[in-house]
Amino acid sequence: MQRVSPLNSLAFDPGLCSGCGTCVEVCPQGVFILQDQAAVVTRPDDCIECGACELNCPSAAITVDSGVGCASAMIWGALSRRKVPGASLVVPCCTTSTLDGSAECT
Amino acid sequence: MEQDHSDVGRQQIQQTNSQLTWQNRLDHVLARLGIRRGNHRVAPGLYRLGVPDAGSPVLVTANYSLSFDALRSALAGHDAYLLVLDTNGVNVWCAAGKGTFGTDELVRRVQQVGVSDLVSNRTLILPQLGASGVSALEVRKRCGFGVEYGPVRAVDLPAYLKDHRATPEMRQVRFDLVDRLTLIPVEVVSWFLPTLLLGALLLLLGGWRLASAAISAMFAGVVLFPILLPWLPTRDFTSKGFFLGGLMVVPFAAAASAESPDLGALLRVAQMLAYFTLMPTLTAYLSLNFTGSTPVASRTGVRYEIDRYVPVMAILAVAGIVSAIAVAAFGR
Repeated sequence: MQRVSPLNSLAFDPGLCSGCGTCVEVCPQGVFILQDQAAVVTRPDDCIECGACELNCPSAAITVDSGVGCASAMIWGALSRRKVPGASLVVPCCTTSTLDGSAECT
Repeated sequence: MEQDHSDVGRQQIQQTNSQLTWQNRLDHVLARLGIRRGNHRVAPGLYRLGVPDAGSPVLVTANYSLSFDALRSALAGHDAYLLVLDTNGVNVWCAAGKGTFGTDELVRRVQQVGVSDLVSNRTLILPQLGASGVSALEVRKRCGFGVEYGPVRAVDLPAYLKDHRATPEMRQVRFDLVDRLTLIPVEVVSWFLPTLLLGALLLLLGGWRLASAAISAMFAGVVLFPILLPWLPTRDFTSKGFFLGGLMVVPFAAAASAESPDLGALLRVAQMLAYFTLMPTLTAYLSLNFTGSTPVASRTGVRYEIDRYVPVMAILAVAGIVSAIAVAAFGR
């Protein structure tokens, strides 16, 4: 596994890639493209560590320390000594952000 | 309610449509304002949209009313089954990040409502942003249904359903001005009381100018920051916030120094120090907190910002408060 950016924890092993294109499909930031039947990382710094690629890669060619990039959750979590991000921890944005229904999320 | 034979022993299938009523719209407004937070839910389970048959697509969503309403209203004129997962009233993206919009809940729900008895196809269409909680391979292994990730936005579904192909644009999360503007009301509502309390406290301690400086810094963090996000220099949120807060100081510092010429040199420095530390710190802290509302922040990035900037903010805040107290105590 080769780390692709100093800004995030995404790592990719081209040797394991089967070229199925699932990562290209699930990545919301367009980090991967498919070239000559293999995935290529073209925008490594844009990874937001959502973890969709790792979870759906059939050949385990991707790893990422996934989590939610939410300072409120981390700060409140640190203060209340709870694991972050956990289902028990719902910060305001969780129920109200734009990433909801009417905008990005379907 | 009309019932299929296949419903026997199963959960009942509910009927829905693509119309948004005024009650729905009111619910959306309240959700956007953060009022009755956590209560914007629909019942999880299976819904008929129009008159679906065995060949109709099965689309999956969260039980947050905005998510469900976006899905059904985007599919006007389509017949489909809508499978609503129980995400505790949280949107797809956030629920997927927490695992509630996840493999387990999806498989459980598919089996509970008996989707395989209703449709001949073996495909579930999920919103792309659900992919961070769902393993397509695992779903197929456990319930025999394949997962197809549709577009990020529900509005692109009619185009997607024609050939089940999403363009790169449909796959890309955007965070346009409109998306950012939509977030402002809930940010304002959630910071309103702290702002009011801080303003009142500073009014008593240091007068109206100090109070309005603090309120302006809060306003910058809560309202101006989301608007200006892509145009502020630097990459990370906190330093963007410091920059914006720094701009907000200028008129206050200028007015303060013009109006108190009799202040001694040391107190004048203390006065400037108070403005130039407290206002940017306040704005920067709010900017850092905005990360969770955006689709562009990574956990590594946010952790880095917290480690790097929170100690700085604490030092600046203490320095600013001490300076402000000194000015208030000796400056009269």
